[in-house]
Amino acid sequence: MATTAPTVQTQAQKPGWPDTIRRVLNSMVVPVLAVITALAVGAVIIFFTSGGFGNPSQAFQTVFLAYQGLIEGAFLKERGFSETLVATTPYIFSGLAVAFAFKGGLFNIGAEGQFFLGAVTAAWVGFAVGMPPVIHLIFALAMGFLGGAMWGAIPGFLKARTGAHEVITTIMLNYTAFLLVDWLVTGPFRSKTGTAPKTPDVLESARLPTFFAAPDRLHLGFVLAVVTAIFIWWVLNKTTLGFEIRTVGANRFAAQYAGISVARIFVLTMAIAGGLAGVSGAVEVLGLQHNLPAFFSAGYGFDSIAVALLAHSDPIGVIPSAFLFGALRNGADLMELRSGVSKQIISIIQALILLFVAAPEIIRALYRIRKPETAIEETPLTQGWG
Amino acid sequence: MSSDVILSIITAALSIATFQATVRLATPITLAALCGIWSERSGVVNIGIEGIMLSAACTGFLGTIYANQALGSKSVSLFVGLVAALATGLLLALLLGVLAVRFKTDQIIAGTVINILAVGATGYIYRRYLATDAPVAPGVLSPITDWPLIGPVFSALSHIPIIGPLLFTLQPIALSMLILVALTHYILFYTPWGLRTRSVGENPRAADTLGINVFRMRYTDVLIGGAIAGLAGAWYTLEQVGVFTPNMTAGRGFIGLAAMIFGKWNPVGAFLAALLFAFAEAIQPILQTQAPQVPYQFFAMIPYLLTIIVLAGLVGRATPPAADGKPYEA
Repeated sequence: MATTAPTVQTQAQKPGWPDTIRRVLNSMVVPVLAVITALAVGAVIIFFTSGGFGNPSQAFQTVFLAYQGLIEGAFLKERGFSETLVATTPYIFSGLAVAFAFKGGLFNIGAEGQFFLGAVTAAWVGFAVGMPPVIHLIFALAMGFLGGAMWGAIPGFLKARTGAHEVITTIMLNYTAFLLVDWLVTGPFRSKTGTAPKTPDVLESARLPTFFAAPDRLHLGFVLAVVTAIFIWWVLNKTTLGFEIRTVGANRFAAQYAGISVARIFVLTMAIAGGLAGVSGAVEVLGLQHNLPAFFSAGYGFDSIAVALLAHSDPIGVIPSAFLFGALRNGADLMELRSGVSKQIISIIQALILLFVAAPEIIRALYRIRKPETAIEETPLTQGWG
Repeated sequence: MSSDVILSIITAALSIATFQATVRLATPITLAALCGIWSERSGVVNIGIEGIMLSAACTGFLGTIYANQALGSKSVSLFVGLVAALATGLLLALLLGVLAVRFKTDQIIAGTVINILAVGATGYIYRRYLATDAPVAPGVLSPITDWPLIGPVFSALSHIPIIGPLLFTLQPIALSMLILVALTHYILFYTPWGLRTRSVGENPRAADTLGINVFRMRYTDVLIGGAIAGLAGAWYTLEQVGVFTPNMTAGRGFIGLAAMIFGKWNPVGAFLAALLFAFAEAIQPILQTQAPQVPYQFFAMIPYLLTIIVLAGLVGRATPPAADGKPYEA
């Protein structure tokens, strides 16, 4: 023991680049193994639900075809990689929405509802308001942020004022948002043309420009998402607001004692988180769909929790984490086409990734990894209901 | 809105039919709340109730249709489905228990894992086994009045004014919900087991000192809760709807948690709260026929908004078990 103590000290004195890289690599061990294990379990599930031991050769072939299709669809086929980036974009924004709230000790399960509010506000501004090109786009994005921010601020305010737990209020607001948007899209905002209920197309001036010629759909939103992730990292780590948010997240009572208004931080954190999810919806409408159809099931709300946790709630880490989820989502179609395995298997794989990331002990036990000496600080979320 | 319309809404809303619908619709919410009470009274926050219910609804239906295909007997296959639903509830509760008690995972995240896993797995099962070429569904559980032996007794009792049609025409899971409310209340407050459950939820250290096995208590209570949530899921496919559709539980597990908080972690209180939420659901068709100019989506929002209002209005004054959500380090 006496011999190891000085080395720890010298390491602490000289935190150079190699040390930082080593720490980053160390923090990636569990997430990477979690993804590999989840894919392996996914293979086992496919095996057993497509013949299994009754017809092992066919089941093996199905597993092989499924994963081959997944990889081909996500990266190798024509425009596969650019479509993966298209799918990554909303995951970055909504992953940030969850990660940002996590930093403040809040669990934002409401990204789905905030996404819808952002999408419908941006769509409305996009088709109903006439403006010069660039300004229109910026205004539509800002309104998308505002729509999501308002929806996010409600649970933040309720938590600050009454102590109502954000987990239940955000979920209730998800259902409310879905019904509200359903009414708007089938009612007041419904397009006069077409049989399926949807909003009119947003004007050209409000659309996010694409990078390449027509069939390719990669739009400016992806770059915007990456820049936003870096900006959020900067806000959290280099600004007073970020410091306050992290302090409240680490210990709200200590923060209160230090003179930080916890109520203000709750509302602000949830508003910004909601705004990020709102932009996610706005970008899907302005960059990709160009309108908002009824019964549009995005499914980003729950997935984004896994995206954020896989990234240890680190804004920069959200980018590769979202890329993985985007690749899975994009590759799923060809996977289903090639192997006949329902693409819903992707949701199971994503849930398993979340399970293994949330309980790293399972991964450590499986691969006999020791617990790291410098454990990553984790914000406790379960603090009763009050 | 004229006073005539309001008056007709009130008369329709206060009919026996509405009250019957209220008790029926309160079943999954009450059972979800009971699951929460069992779990949280022992100190484990269970936010995965919704996922347990959805999974149990799915496997209950799966068990029923395949048993019906193999055996051709409606009652036996429904029983098989019920067993499958309860087993699913136990299995997922065990997962929550292992994550929360053994690995000391953050319990809110552990519950969320279950919810997400449930959406994915039931979606996969639906597409793979239920969407096309599924065996025929045999229908739902018969009301008690149609059962052999006890049926005639219940039929006779159902003629009692007001209470009769409310209590004695119920379907089996709704009736067992009422029994479980009473039973949970009795066990929690009048038996040594209940005292131990509450003590590990309030002060596990002291309970441990007195020789109570905190881990075993928590596992047992979380599993009981899981079985009850499994029953709540079975209500959807075996008693109410008769088929499985994706996401059919529509947040009722979370509303059950709100009912638990509203009822101050007390089974009877939670049941009364669930009746309130269920009433908000039961009057929706009345409101829709009486006020057709209002888009239906606004009526459908009522239970969700009511949940938010109730939580915001009461959480500060409702005290959860002291060790709720805190992992115990032996």
